Amino acid sequence: MVRRFVLLLVLGSIIGLAACGGGGGSSSVTSVSVTCSPSTVSSGGTSQCTAIVGGTGNFNTAVTWSTGAGTISSSGLLTAPTVSASTSVTVTATSVQNTSVSGTASVTVNPASAGANVAPISVDAGPAGLGYTSTNAAFVTVKVCVPGSGGQCQTVDHVMVDTGSSGLRLLSSAAGGEFSLSLPGENDPNNNDAFGECLVFLDGYVWGTVNTATVTVSGETASSVPVQVILPSTSSPGVPTSCSNQNPSGGAGNEGNSLGDFGANGIIGVGLFPQDCGQYCVSQGSTCNGSNNAPCVYYDCPSSGCTPANIAIAQQIPNPVTAFATDNNGVLILLPSVADGGSSPVGGPYLTGSLIFGIGTESNNGLGSAQVYGLNGEGELTTTFNGSSIPGFLDSGSNGFFFNDSSIATCPSPNQDWYCPSTSPDNLSAQNQGTNMNAGVTVNFSIENADNLLNSSNTAFSTLGGPYISTPAEFDWGLSFFYGRSIFTAIDGAITPGGNGPYFAY
Amino acid sequence: MWATLGDNAGSVLTNQTNWNGTLSSVDKSTYVLHEITMPSGAKVREFVSPAGAVFGVAWEGQFPPNFQQLLGPYYQQAQEAIAQQKTAEQAAQQPRRRRGPVLIETPGMVFSQGGHMRSFHGQAYIPQLVPQGVQASDIH
Repeated sequence: MVRRFVLLLVLGSIIGLAACGGGGGSSSVTSVSVTCSPSTVSSGGTSQCTAIVGGTGNFNTAVTWSTGAGTISSSGLLTAPTVSASTSVTVTATSVQNTSVSGTASVTVNPASAGANVAPISVDAGPAGLGYTSTNAAFVTVKVCVPGSGGQCQTVDHVMVDTGSSGLRLLSSAAGGEFSLSLPGENDPNNNDAFGECLVFLDGYVWGTVNTATVTVSGETASSVPVQVILPSTSSPGVPTSCSNQNPSGGAGNEGNSLGDFGANGIIGVGLFPQDCGQYCVSQGSTCNGSNNAPCVYYDCPSSGCTPANIAIAQQIPNPVTAFATDNNGVLILLPSVADGGSSPVGGPYLTGSLIFGIGTESNNGLGSAQVYGLNGEGELTTTFNGSSIPGFLDSGSNGFFFNDSSIATCPSPNQDWYCPSTSPDNLSAQNQGTNMNAGVTVNFSIENADNLLNSSNTAFSTLGGPYISTPAEFDWGLSFFYGRSIFTAIDGAITPGGNGPYFAY
Repeated sequence: MWATLGDNAGSVLTNQTNWNGTLSSVDKSTYVLHEITMPSGAKVREFVSPAGAVFGVAWEGQFPPNFQQLLGPYYQQAQEAIAQQKTAEQAAQQPRRRRGPVLIETPGMVFSQGGHMRSFHGQAYIPQLVPQGVQASDIH
């Protein structure tokens, strides 16, 4: 029998091809060689790998792809992991016909270039003096300056990255935070009163003054933008009752009373909306009167006390990204994978990632193969879980997967707000679908026993989850979902290569 | 005066007036659902039992409602429950915090709230006052 070697280029895992020469008889695969292009990529970047399969007879050219880090598709498209130091990733193609024959190639992955638009993220134990170990909070460092040339500046570490809100808020030193710079107040042009703001989160609220600052994150600067300086209840101006009444905890719901209550030196809202309030505060902000159930957000604060006020869009606290000169249409959050059990022991190397500004504006923030998920007017996609299709949202400021599955046990007190599945990890699956899509895309995730997770000294958890009791049900894809992914948040109305915001993409 | 959870059916009209809202009411046979739409577009739903008691309230809007108005005496109860929970957590040296949707259970009331910036919704109800044949999940 004449042995004839045939080399075939394989792009997909299944390309049916008859071997040249035919002639029947036995076939064998003798070699697999792999090349990837480009051979050097940045964190989260992509490289197309191809396999050349050699063999005899009518052999099967299919291969299966695997990678030592990051992810690789069935067609050999490698999505690189997020790394903090230059790392070599080995990609392997294994013959389907003969799994003992395989080939490898190395791809060098560099940290996201320390470009002007990359701010390092640390998911660590939290700011100094926190008093407890932070759980799934993504922190960046922000430089805040008094506007104008020669203005004083302060660098504030441990500012939490939040795709679920908009605006920069700094915990004042009076409240136990790091921020102590004296910034000019922003005044209501109608009466020259200083603006105050009550900003309600899901589980609490913050109160403070509205000030003007020049904000720099990585190499991006937002000049002279409104920010909030968070004050404790004991400071002046005091918290209006109409503010605290918007929280079920009342006065105890003030997260600005201490560093422990707030959990960070600040929060940088890089979410879907260009401002924190929008049109309601332009025309109806002043209608809040304490008895008509109209929400109270911005206030005029003369020395006699604070009263609800209207405020123009341009004076509202913006998503600071919108005020950057470039890279201002959204953000990309890159976080490396986290194994079951969590990562980053206290005292050890902390998990690091990147907050990258802009979408498709630089070489390091292209959408690549990411799927764009169009959103409804409330910033939600559709998540199908356990047969129900419900609103879903991606919120880096939530610290776990929050969803309802009554078949999963909750933990005993004091962790009763978390899941403790009887079989851990509990492997689950859902589908996410954007308004622009005809079908959902499957998301696999796992939930582990939260008692075990939270009793460790780890700070980053990809398997932490808890119940979402409220009706109608929603699916809150918190920071646990962000690990091992490149997640884009496009701002409402912003122009991007993936279409206009708002959208999420990953 | 306004009111609210645990109050009588007459409070619905008082609320509508105070809140400058429009009211629509539907008889669901096991209860009557009154929906008040505020000028901001926010909605509050009040669930009234055949006995004439507001056994549940639900809300949705860009911002949370005024809970002092909506929960009445139960507002104080919720605050006490949260304070107790915080104390218990500190005693158990279990300071790791959950940042996500809220659930508060007191002996007299169940409260939950979900959503995110510019979209809040939630409900509160009094288990003892929920009429037969009505599920907690109906209150939304």
